[in-house]
Formats: sequence, C-alpha cells, structure tokens
Amino acid sequence: MITINELYCKGCGYCIKFCPRHILEMGKERSQKGHFYPVNINEEACTSCAICALMCPEAAIEVTAKEG
Amino acid sequence: MPSYKRPGALLPMSTGYCPGCLHGLATRLVADAIEELNQQKNAINVVSVGCSALNLYSWCGDDIGAAHGRAPAVATGIKRCLPDRLVFTYQGDGDLAAIGLAEIMSAANRGENFTVIFANNQTYGMTGGQMAPTTLVGQKSTTTPYGRDPVTTGYPLKMCELISVLEAPVFVARYALNSPKGVMDAKKGIKKAFELQLAGKGFTFVELLTNCPTNWGMSPLATLDYMNTNTVPYFVPGVYKDKEGGKQ
Repeated sequence: MITINELYCKGCGYCIKFCPRHILEMGKERSQKGHFYPVNINEEACTSCAICALMCPEAAIEVTAKEG
Repeated sequence: MPSYKRPGALLPMSTGYCPGCLHGLATRLVADAIEELNQQKNAINVVSVGCSALNLYSWCGDDIGAAHGRAPAVATGIKRCLPDRLVFTYQGDGDLAAIGLAEIMSAANRGENFTVIFANNQTYGMTGGQMAPTTLVGQKSTTTPYGRDPVTTGYPLKMCELISVLEAPVFVARYALNSPKGVMDAKKGIKKAFELQLAGKGFTFVELLTNCPTNWGMSPLATLDYMNTNTVPYFVPGVYKDKEGGKQ
C-alpha cells in the first residue's frame, strides 16, 4: 500500500511514469503548496514494488508491504 | 515484499529543489545509504556552493559549508582530525568540475579517505543556467544560446574518467538517475563507497547524472528522455575503478 504525502509532493509525475501497474494518476486537486499531486486509482492492483517511492525526488511516498 | 520508509536523515519537509529535480533524489539516496549503515549520528556532510548546497534544507545531521569548489579541502581537514566519522562532500558540476577542479584532483591523488558525491546536471543551476564544463556539445544554455560549440568552448569534462586514471582512488563510478535501474545501482554504489570509507580504504567518488528541468527549459518527464538520448551516451554509466573488487 502506498501513502503519498501531498505536502512534500511537487507533482513531477515520475511515480506515474514508472509505476509498472499504471495505478497512479495525476489528481485534479491542488495541494496547499499549489501543486497537483498523484492519486492512487486502483489500490487493489498495487504490488508494493516501491518503484514509485524509489523514483520520488522528494521522498513523499512511503510504501508498506501488503499482508500475505 | 519491499517496503519503503522515508529516511530519518531527511528533515520532515520538502526539499529546496525545483519540481522534478534529481538533486532531491540524489540527496535521498545518500540519506538511505546512511540509514542502512546506521551512521546518521556519525556522518558529516560537506556541502559546496550552488544548487547542491540546497541539500542542507533537507539534511538532518552534521554539516559544514565550504567555499566554492573547496569542499574536498575542507573534507580532508575534517577527516584527518576525526578519522572515525563518515565524511562526504556533496558537489555539483559547476563547483567540482570548474572552480574546484584542482581541489578534487589533488584530494583524489592524495587518496584522502572520504567520499565525494558528484551531482552532474550539465549546467549552473542556481545562477541561471550558464554553460558548465560538463554541458554537452550542442546543448543550449544562457551563455551558449546556439548550443555549445567545441571550437570555442571545448568538450564536456568526463570527471570519472579523469579520476579513474589516478593511482590512489579505490572506487570511481557513475550512475544515471533517470531510470529505476540506474537509481537502484546508484543506491548500491553510494553504500559501497561509504563502506569502503568506513573500512579506511581511501578515496571514493560517485558521479550521479541528474537533470535541471528549470534551466534546460523542459518538463521534468521530458528531461528524463533527453538524458536517455543525449547525456547517458556521452557520460557512460558504469564502475570505472574498483580496487577492492567484489560484488556491488
């Protein structure tokens, strides 16, 4: 499961580009800082591979491994 | 299954970098490596001048600011006084390859026991995108508006190749941060460099190819493609020197 901290996110879109399951999408709302930030559109499909967190320049994404 | 937690060596705030700047990623990789080696209380970050200095905003630990290009000299002093500490410099290409060229070559040649993290974005980011020694041939900057012309300004400096021919350095490597594979390799390379330093082996140098969306005038995603087609073929990633050998 991934958690995106929208206060750190600057909306570069690297996580969206590199997600192998294409489960992230740029959201329609802006954060407090004025950046659009990604939202998880299909949480079920997430395999917790952590590539989104690996590519995030702001360390805004944290990944917790799925149970089982 | 893999999981990822924000490293404790980063302050709980966003970085001082522009959106999509891979400097932030480089800073985080250093913080990851320090956390994995459990050296957060032991590490000293010597920052240089330029965009690389902005990593002070996210770095949670001991740090010191050096004069422009002189980070290797400051790190030499610190490491000689405090040999047990993990000392590294974090420098950009304008700082390391231009004004600090003499310092880095001398420190590497002496085989000082510290690590240099060299973030190469092929431009002077902080001052507004002037041509750096590492700017690619044909690449536009504010001082080369028609693209870099080698007849008048020479060719981009390849620092890894320069340093790897010296006798003293133990580990010299270059990684591109524009793909997950490159980032994973870079993480291992930085960790290996720190381990070699902690084992007292000698000078270690890690070059990280980064981007500058603001001064290249591209979107963050477009810079990654530009790096793939232009930067990576010229600055070829790989391990240029590894005296100790072994897996990495």
